[in-house]
Amino acid sequence: MNNYTKASFVTRFLEGLKAIQWPLIALVVILLFNLIFTPGFFEIEIKDGRLTGSLMDLLKRASPRLIIALGMTLVIATEGIDVSVGSIAAIAGALAVLTIRGGDITYLATQGTSTVPMLLIIVVALGAAAICGLFNGILIAIVKIQPIIATLILMVAGRGMAMLFTGGYVLNYDHPTYESLGIGDWFGIPVPIFLAIGTFLLIWLVTTRTPMGLLIQSTGGNETASRYSGTNTKVVKIIVYVMIGLCSGLAGIIFTADVQSADAAFIGLWIELEAILAVVIGGTAMTGGRYSLAGTVVGALIIQTLITTLLTRAVPVQYTLIFQASVVVIVLILQSPKIKELAFKRRARKEARSHA
Amino acid sequence: MSPEIDVSSSETILEIKGLSKGFPGVQALSKVDFTLKRGEVHALMGENGAGKSTVIKVLTGVYEKDAGLITYNGTPLECSSPLHAQEVGISTVYQEVNLVPNLSVAENIFLGRQPIKFGLMDWKRMNKEAVEILNRFDIHLDVEKNLGEYPVAIQQMVAIARALELNAQILILDEPTSSLNVQETERLFNQIRRLRQEGTAIVFITHFLDQVYQISDTITVLRNGEYIGTWPAVELNKFQLIGKLLGKEAEKLSEVTATRITDANGKQNGSKKAIVETRGLSRDGGIKPFDLSVEPGDVLGCAGLLGSGRTEVANLLFGVDHPDDGDLLVEGKKEKVKSPRQALQLGIALSPEDRKEQGIIGDLSVRENIILALQNRKGWIKTLSLAEQQELADKYIKLLNIKTPSADQAIKNLSGGNQQKVIIGRWLAANPKFLILDEPTRGIDVGAKTEIQKLIVELSKQDMAVMFISSELEEIARCSTEVMVMHDMQVSDLLEGDEINEESIMQAIAERHTDNNHE
Repeated sequence: MNNYTKASFVTRFLEGLKAIQWPLIALVVILLFNLIFTPGFFEIEIKDGRLTGSLMDLLKRASPRLIIALGMTLVIATEGIDVSVGSIAAIAGALAVLTIRGGDITYLATQGTSTVPMLLIIVVALGAAAICGLFNGILIAIVKIQPIIATLILMVAGRGMAMLFTGGYVLNYDHPTYESLGIGDWFGIPVPIFLAIGTFLLIWLVTTRTPMGLLIQSTGGNETASRYSGTNTKVVKIIVYVMIGLCSGLAGIIFTADVQSADAAFIGLWIELEAILAVVIGGTAMTGGRYSLAGTVVGALIIQTLITTLLTRAVPVQYTLIFQASVVVIVLILQSPKIKELAFKRRARKEARSHA
Repeated sequence: MSPEIDVSSSETILEIKGLSKGFPGVQALSKVDFTLKRGEVHALMGENGAGKSTVIKVLTGVYEKDAGLITYNGTPLECSSPLHAQEVGISTVYQEVNLVPNLSVAENIFLGRQPIKFGLMDWKRMNKEAVEILNRFDIHLDVEKNLGEYPVAIQQMVAIARALELNAQILILDEPTSSLNVQETERLFNQIRRLRQEGTAIVFITHFLDQVYQISDTITVLRNGEYIGTWPAVELNKFQLIGKLLGKEAEKLSEVTATRITDANGKQNGSKKAIVETRGLSRDGGIKPFDLSVEPGDVLGCAGLLGSGRTEVANLLFGVDHPDDGDLLVEGKKEKVKSPRQALQLGIALSPEDRKEQGIIGDLSVRENIILALQNRKGWIKTLSLAEQQELADKYIKLLNIKTPSADQAIKNLSGGNQQKVIIGRWLAANPKFLILDEPTRGIDVGAKTEIQKLIVELSKQDMAVMFISSELEEIARCSTEVMVMHDMQVSDLLEGDEINEESIMQAIAERHTDNNHE
């Protein structure tokens, strides 16, 4: 009876893999397809000391989306949702560029290389993002507005605010250190990939090394029972919205660093939908409770691989969206409780037969 | 082992043969037989996890069976859904009321078969008929009000009224009386007797043994998913029945039936300081001012009918509700308990009445459910490591004899009694000074009940103060060192020492009720 106490790290890891088997299989299938039909998909070349190729490009593009999706995982686990992530990214990106430009929003103003310290830029951008998250969290946890409605407010108003910050212009800038967060590379690997891995590790540590993970799952699983058990569910909710705010802010920084400009109207547009999809494909239920960060990573990779695959194969845009939706539907069907039940029955029948 | 019943006397309506059903990790049913005749009340008995609910769920199409044959009115039957079961005449009222609280009483009664006029809802007719149906049960409600606005007992009666209106040939009642008081139960039994006379076959699942003998003709016992036997109620006495349920012989039941397991004079005179004391604590429109003093080692029984204010007292002490007047003293210090979290910090714990809504976190594992309160008490910085968690979980699984394949099992897969034990384990792990147990033994089997009662006494011996709220006077009388009787939102009597027995408590409750009639 006590053998489960000795479950090694390897067994736990394998169990974790099993929990996300369907999204993993889907990812492998798409990659196999590319291996066979897309020449050069897996080729990685070293150019000017950096790794390049479809795969690197894919990972780099997936990074900001994954960062937001990780935050979204925690929010969805508390039975919430945040549709304002794109707008928060826009606010953070706009403010970062504004800080670099010293508050000057004159369109196409000639500017030399900016010397504004990185720390200031990051603090301004992430600080604003955290305040946005706090605003969402308070509306949801204290004022008790339904999450989708509460975050809808900032989704609409936030982009307007970001456009006010930039004066409605596409603001460019020159700040090599800041740019490097989007286009730079460390040890030959694009910086956004490091930022995504860092976010994953940070969230993973916070949720496993502190009670946060347990409290998020219990709050999402049964809020009343959690309160009766002494959980401060309001604080738990506020924290997850601040966390996703910070994630969105970081994504906003990467987006603006990647294109060396801030276009408030388009930074992170529709990214909330991709993030929610990644979470759901990864096996976290919208009903809250159990979540899987690893599942979300796989989910985000599936979405990005699909997009890249279709782009490299020059599939017209109108087909890519439909194809993308089809894959999503297939993964969701494979994960549905009904299918699991059928699979269980087949296995049980097989076992019964082998016993007989 | 199972004597055959005389089948010739009445027509068999339902026959289940060799029914089996497995879930991941559990064989819920193996080769269960069950025969039901027209015009009989057939009690389906068993401890928690014996498989009663599973039999019903397979019969009504909630689950698919793995093996076995169900014959209904002479032809094989395989229900695809509860709706299908209803259509062929098998109606079920489940343990937990499963109606829609946001719809009106009338809508709930007619859900799925609303009267239609000119292609539109015929509201007038629906409301009129709903009133008529409920009148037959002697219930008088505003049927246009939302069901959720009424107490659980009333909701339960509405659920039964709905089931009966579906022209059922078989009516299945799964723990229908667990939230009903004596009068309501009697009212329900009158309806059951009337239906029996009309030839309806009734399957009655309950844990109240007295009620079984009050109304049943036949008794079938299941244990651990296996069929134990079927007997006419008159041929199986209560002790034999308990023996079959527990799988023990009748003579070994002394511990279950002992009249009193706590020391009559367990309370020591004034030597200890009160852990929790209230002075005129009250809430507007809720509980009226009451004075209490609970010392280490006390078991304060709390008796009273449904709605008498027992749960309200518990909620006030635990910070779920907030008092409008009076003082609450914890270890001699005045405290304002604003939330359960704060109560927990002060060493007060509450195992709530509604296990499903307020107790368990279904998706989480047994381990996580057990450590939750302790983790909250420790705060956010001191995290229990996985090894510590596992150790705690193992300790309470063993101590409370929780039946689970592993500590990592999701709690929702456990039976009700085992879920209850996990919740109690959660509070014990948090090491409170004052533990409030609100109906800890409701809807769980005799064995688990006895274990919980023993545990209460054991905890008091370890100097914990326990408040034990229960509808069963027998267990209150057996475990308490002091009994408070509640009536109409106030504490009406306090019984101590030798005054504590079933009769005196009953009398205290009854007196108040007659008093009221004179007013």
